[in-house]
Amino acid sequence: MNAPLRRVAVAVMVMFGLLLLNTNYLQVVRAADLRDDASNPRLILEEYSRERGPILVDGKPIAASVETEDRLKYKREYAEGPLYAPATGFYSIVYGASAIEAESNSILAGTDDSLFVRRVIDQFTGEQVKGGSVQLTLNPRAQKVAFDALDGRKGAVVALDPSTGAILAMVTSPSYDPNVLSSHDTAAVRAAFEGLNSDPAKPMLDRSTKETFFPGSTFKLVTAAAALESGRFQRNSEVNNAAQLDLPQTSSNLPNFDGQPCQPGGRATLEDALKRSCNAAFGQIGLDLGADALREQAEKFGFNRTFDVPMTSARSLFPAELNAPQTAQSAIGQFDVRATPLQMAMVAAAIGNRGVLMNPFLVQEVRAPDLSVLDRTDPDEVGEAISPQTADTLAEMMVTVVEEGTGSNARIDGVRVGGKTGTAQQGGDRKPHAWFVSLAPVDDPLVAVAVVLENGGGAPEVSGNELAAPIARAVMRAVLGR
Amino acid sequence: MTPGLRDRNPRNAELVLLVFSVGIAMAAYASVGLAIDGAIPAGMLGYGGGLALLFGLAHLALRRFAPDADPVLLPAVTLINGIGLAMIHRLDLADAERAEQLGREVPSAAAPAQLTWTAVGVILFVAVLVLVRDHRILQRFTYTAMLAGLGLLLLPLLPIIGTTINGARIWIRVAGFSFQPGELAKLVLLVFFAGYLVVKRDVLALAGRRVLGIDLPRARDLGPIIVAWGASLAVLVFERDLGTSLLFFGMFVAMLYVATERRSWLLIGLGLFMSGSFLAWTLFGHVQQRVDIWLHPFAERNVSDDSYQLVQGLYGMGTGGILGKGLGQGRPDIVPYAKTDFIIAAIGEELGLTGLMALLIVYAIIVQRGLRTAVAVRDSFGKLLAAGLAFSVALQVFVVVGGVTRLIPLTGLTVPFLSYGGSSLVANWALIAMLLRISDAARRPAPPPSPSLDDAKTQVVKL
Repeated sequence: MNAPLRRVAVAVMVMFGLLLLNTNYLQVVRAADLRDDASNPRLILEEYSRERGPILVDGKPIAASVETEDRLKYKREYAEGPLYAPATGFYSIVYGASAIEAESNSILAGTDDSLFVRRVIDQFTGEQVKGGSVQLTLNPRAQKVAFDALDGRKGAVVALDPSTGAILAMVTSPSYDPNVLSSHDTAAVRAAFEGLNSDPAKPMLDRSTKETFFPGSTFKLVTAAAALESGRFQRNSEVNNAAQLDLPQTSSNLPNFDGQPCQPGGRATLEDALKRSCNAAFGQIGLDLGADALREQAEKFGFNRTFDVPMTSARSLFPAELNAPQTAQSAIGQFDVRATPLQMAMVAAAIGNRGVLMNPFLVQEVRAPDLSVLDRTDPDEVGEAISPQTADTLAEMMVTVVEEGTGSNARIDGVRVGGKTGTAQQGGDRKPHAWFVSLAPVDDPLVAVAVVLENGGGAPEVSGNELAAPIARAVMRAVLGR
Repeated sequence: MTPGLRDRNPRNAELVLLVFSVGIAMAAYASVGLAIDGAIPAGMLGYGGGLALLFGLAHLALRRFAPDADPVLLPAVTLINGIGLAMIHRLDLADAERAEQLGREVPSAAAPAQLTWTAVGVILFVAVLVLVRDHRILQRFTYTAMLAGLGLLLLPLLPIIGTTINGARIWIRVAGFSFQPGELAKLVLLVFFAGYLVVKRDVLALAGRRVLGIDLPRARDLGPIIVAWGASLAVLVFERDLGTSLLFFGMFVAMLYVATERRSWLLIGLGLFMSGSFLAWTLFGHVQQRVDIWLHPFAERNVSDDSYQLVQGLYGMGTGGILGKGLGQGRPDIVPYAKTDFIIAAIGEELGLTGLMALLIVYAIIVQRGLRTAVAVRDSFGKLLAAGLAFSVALQVFVVVGGVTRLIPLTGLTVPFLSYGGSSLVANWALIAMLLRISDAARRPAPPPSPSLDDAKTQVVKL
């Protein structure tokens, strides 16, 4: 019986050999895939067992981890949840993370490569591994003023530092409280998430960077920029002063807001047209310049692309392939032109920065747990959107809008404010969006703002100057400290 | 074997290895305490002392009752048993912590129970050595063993005491204790297989027709293998126990092959196994489900529910990687049944590939030592029994480790000496005792030559 016994012994060795090979395959070849699989709960548990770094605004934590008694050692808490929700995002054991919580996760969780050496040291010293902190560019006063001013109405506010692109305010309304999603009670988290998701007001939608609207008359800034850049128009060039523009190839026309000529009984300049927001004039300018020139200018301001702030913004659109009537409508920010509030703030900011468009950014600084700076965002140019001369001219024209024209509600005593109103038609019964885009102080701009109130925020009469300009004014005052 | 090695007392080597094994078990226990509570556990000395006492007792029993037995087997199983205890203790702590956090009642700890069962196992180990002074007497109980084995297998099917746990009807519950009689049945049936095959091997080895260069057995001799096959299928059908079914049939076929030296039996066994598997697969939803989980563990339809356990185990082993997270520093408690069927995943997560491979090699050593005993022992019954005992360990380890690591479909079986579970632990201690008993016979030096016959006076027979 010894011959078959030896063969059984060989068979047994083959069996053990297979087991050994297979465990090697699992724990060496497949190890990284299995370990990093998104549904491996160990990752989350490990993440939750470390103190996640805070998200800071002006040095104060707006998101911080606090120790708990339950299985997950730390819980995420948001000091002013709804106010900062579009920036912080949420951090949930059920739904993962969003916004900065997701974008800066490796730093906050302490798993980033830049923290590697520290982690190794912590391993040896037995110190609890901690996450780094992320300091945002937000101005807490501007953020708060904008949020309070929107007061739950559907809308958004974005404020930028024109010279750097730093985002000073990003507010969406209505908002939600990320605290309800960071709870460790998974059933409650699920219920809350379902509720937020099915809310028709879409509180989890960041209207400031991830939603596009018809920009309406605020887009006339882009059309005016294209006109000036073409060399065919000056600030005082005469423009179409008719009460309405016959749209070629159609039976319809493009009337001025009040149905009156731009400058009754006289001649209108480009400046007059912007000041009084004359549709017929800008429609004609659009036709004169052509769709390609408008699109080119829009793209120089950032249309038709996304920006990573670091969250990826929605793409603002200036459509391709426009016929003449569509071009005229597009020139006044209608037809299929769409813009995020961020985009319109960028237009104002580029005008305020002598034509140079800066990349918008939200993260100021990243620090290690010991507060040493790991990374600081350097301002980064997207490119020259318009020439410095055009920029200066446009800025002055924007001042006349506020001081003599449609944007009177944005005036601030002792500060030269430039602005542009917008009342973007929706078609059908839907109320127009109320817009205001502004810049202050014009001589050395510190802040560019875009405000939108979706469908006028429910007001019976929608006007950019009535509804949106006061909010822009409050935000500018908060940034300027006046 | 050289005379020098012969002279050396194997028990002394065993003692050294035993100290090493107990040392590793204590280090594992200390490591759990250090990782979880940041301190050497208070019960450290008591624990180590208890282990030393128990395994020392087993060692002394060997010195007294099986002095020539293999010196590696006891330290090897001691090592596995000790690591299993540390891991079960570690999982106890995790369960207690979670229960506290959830505000639930803390479940009773499994490690003390396992330690008690280890003690029972060692006592049975000693008892087997004391009572069975010569393994050949077991041959007398061949048919008793058959009846006892079948009886044990059928026990869980009885009303009242039979209990279905997690879909498998393999438990009996008597006076508050639950027991898996299948584990003991394995042992008893091995005695029966060995006794039966020793008697019938000549008949079963008779060649029938020759097909494709292989001598097929005679058709009338197919009876026993068909009965074993049927019984295995019955276990599968009535007790829903894939693992036990596979284990029994595999053991029988391997022993049949060793007894008859006929490869045709292997082919017939393989054919029956495949047809049985196919039959089970077509007839039973739970078998199809096992195969589906094996092939597509990460599929959406499986992952949240059916394959959760397997996938969590794989995640754990992947997270452990080469060196493991360290005892007490992973999350093996996420895997359901981490203390029993999936303790291999816990080992893989916390001790890593390194620890898991070391463990598998210790099992391989146990099996090879067993098979070597089978080769060395002189009587056929002993050979068959030792081969069966060793092979059953190998097959069981292969089926459960292969299942957990997704080499083969998952079938529930305990890992010998490692998993939490009294029946399995006690039965395996008895198994090792039997193996050591045979080993003692195999390695016993030949008796000193009796006074030479040449010198004896020859009787003159008067015709």
